[in-house]
Amino acid sequence: MAHAAALDHEDVMQPPRDCEPGAGVYNAKLGMWVFLGSEIMFFTALIGAYIILRVAHPSSFKAPGEVLAVSITAVNTFLLICSSVTMVKAFASVQDGNLAGLRKWLIATVIIGASFVGIQAYEYQQLIAKGFVPSEGLYGSTFYTMTGFHGFHVTVGVICLIFVTLRAFQGRYTAKDHRGVEVVGLYWHFVDLVWIILFTIVYLI
Amino acid sequence: MATTAGQLDGLTIESGHAHAEAQSFVRKYIFSTDHKIIGIQFLLMSLLFLLLGGVLAMVIRWQLGFPSQPMPGGGVLPETMAPGGVVLPEFYTSLVTMHGTFMVFFAIMPLLVGVFGNYLIPLKIGAPDMAFPRINMASFWIAVPAGFLMLAGFFVEGGHASAGWTSYAPLSARPDLTGVSMGQILWCVSLIVLGLSSILGSFNYITTIVNMRAPGMHWMRLPLSIWCLFVTAILVLLAMPILSGAIIMLLFDQTLGTHFFAPAQGGQPLLWQHLFWFFGHPEVYILILPGMGVASDIIANASRKPVFGYTSMVVAILGIGVLGWVVWGHHMFMSGMNPTLGTTFMISTMFIAVPSAIKVFNWLGTMWMGNIRFHVPMLHSIAFVSMFVIGGLSGVFMASTPVDIYIHDTYFIVAHLHYVLFGGSLFAIFAAITYWYPKMFGRLMNPFWGRVHFYLTLIFYNFVFFPMHNLGLKGHMRRIYDPNEYEFLKGLQGLNTFISISAFILFTVQLIFAANFIMSWYKGEKASANPWEDNGLEWTVPSPPPHGNFATIPHVYRGPYEYSSPLVTEDFLPQNRELPGDSSPAGHHS
Repeated sequence: MAHAAALDHEDVMQPPRDCEPGAGVYNAKLGMWVFLGSEIMFFTALIGAYIILRVAHPSSFKAPGEVLAVSITAVNTFLLICSSVTMVKAFASVQDGNLAGLRKWLIATVIIGASFVGIQAYEYQQLIAKGFVPSEGLYGSTFYTMTGFHGFHVTVGVICLIFVTLRAFQGRYTAKDHRGVEVVGLYWHFVDLVWIILFTIVYLI
Repeated sequence: MATTAGQLDGLTIESGHAHAEAQSFVRKYIFSTDHKIIGIQFLLMSLLFLLLGGVLAMVIRWQLGFPSQPMPGGGVLPETMAPGGVVLPEFYTSLVTMHGTFMVFFAIMPLLVGVFGNYLIPLKIGAPDMAFPRINMASFWIAVPAGFLMLAGFFVEGGHASAGWTSYAPLSARPDLTGVSMGQILWCVSLIVLGLSSILGSFNYITTIVNMRAPGMHWMRLPLSIWCLFVTAILVLLAMPILSGAIIMLLFDQTLGTHFFAPAQGGQPLLWQHLFWFFGHPEVYILILPGMGVASDIIANASRKPVFGYTSMVVAILGIGVLGWVVWGHHMFMSGMNPTLGTTFMISTMFIAVPSAIKVFNWLGTMWMGNIRFHVPMLHSIAFVSMFVIGGLSGVFMASTPVDIYIHDTYFIVAHLHYVLFGGSLFAIFAAITYWYPKMFGRLMNPFWGRVHFYLTLIFYNFVFFPMHNLGLKGHMRRIYDPNEYEFLKGLQGLNTFISISAFILFTVQLIFAANFIMSWYKGEKASANPWEDNGLEWTVPSPPPHGNFATIPHVYRGPYEYSSPLVTEDFLPQNRELPGDSSPAGHHS
């Protein structure tokens, strides 16, 4: 718990009062940044393994477009980037005290995020129908592990966003305190960024 | 306050009710968000796993000391493990695997990081609790099912994982090679769950230390235990996800039919080793750094002198934290890795001995000419330093590639790692438990039985592990079921039997500690707030400290090691005691 003193703190979006200067941001924001460091290492393990296996055994991997449907995933990528924009809009709205805008943009983010997961599920279904399964050589192994765990992260993100949206409808966020929106936003942008890397190295290169 | 409380965000802040006295038993002791209770929960859980790991070790020692003879009491084990009390080879490989797994992940790591990270960080930096108390609670309650999953492996068909605690692929990835399928899957799932628990714990620690230090607690006034726990938390945060990623691939190889580590399909068994040790070597420092930290605190206290070279200690901790990432290949000299790369790892490994040596000399410098109080925590701390030197020096031997080629996967390695993990970490854990026990439970542990336990442990510990160096140099393989299978190892049976008998005594001696721990809880002498006359902030509050720790947030005026200061008549000077001329610390005001 933040200091009891923080309860009557004037600005909860600032570091805890009555402390030695630290990172200069409030706890939840610092915590999320640190946690994302851990997430980076997790994806580093998966992506690193992919790069090593692909360099060591290039013949197991197919050229872009041969198996994977690049066009539909490009649309999906665009969607996810859009959801980062709507997330920024939600954050900007609540900063200005525009609570109606916050609710509107959060709902938009949830819908777009859920669509991404839906389209990914459809893509998986199509690929599996074609016989491209996780046990299909190194290509299948790495493809499903990396994109699958990314999809899992998006799903977790959507669940968190739904939670934040419900709280927004309860009026829990204000211009003075919208930590939940900012912290979920950080996670969401991170997941988006990971996808841009994955899309590039899995689908385009 | 009422108006702002309504706006609080559920992510970070408990409501003011957390302070109310009338908490239910469940809320206060089971699903508690108090870092002190969570620390004690971790303590009890990991001591049980330490006991379990010890029991597994005793069965291993029985087989090596008295090969293929019926084990006393072994009749209770099912036919699939030990028919007629004779340990089966398949069960033996599970034993060595699970002894390592339980000791590393469920005993030593939670004892150091889970227990003392939780208990000490807020108290020592002057914070009322962790930054995220509920995530802290989740971290413990995620570790518990991980433990049950790991235990479950003993009861499934095919037996428990038996590819070694390092689970090298393809042995671990293919059930047809070991006959173990479900056991290995449970091993994987359990460690993924435990990894999540560790990550939740570590980002909490980091946030707390960075953002919640009391006014005046500059970075260079932090106790070295907190510095060590801080760097350890960073290592956990960045290393555990690598292990999780690697284990997920292993799990998929077993269950989904992927081919990450299957050479026939282009997979790379060496990839597992690189990923495992990229986690595994920082893990080694995760297991020793907190021990170094608590030993620094205790040695300064017992020597009644400031820590010698505080700044160099901090630099050494940071140096270990950085260099720990670039030495993993020294576990893999014999793996078929490029020898040129091996040389690189040899050099980096030699380098990492430097910060460790700095710390050892600083501990000696702290004790030098000190008016030493040989209380039980100090005895354990001195043993920690001495045994760590032995383990560290054999580590430098092994870092040298030509030597390692000879002793790789022999009992020399077993001796080395136990000198670091038992001689190092576990002595530090005994030191820390006996030192902070009065703060945790409000009573002192019995010093007489503490000494008995210490001396017997030190003696029989060395009887067990020192001769293992000899076994290793004579070629005794690391995970072998019955060395008498080989003509050239037959002459070592006498030494093996000696080690086993010493190990049984060593195990029995630990029961003294267990009895002392339990009895003192009820009958121990009541502890004052500051029984060791220490300067740390945790000793300025009652034993045990109340919920919320500090009545008012302490102000810190100096470092934690001002012993025998000429400024005061006592020989200690608490960090929060204001003397004339001390400037008031400027807290952060936004």
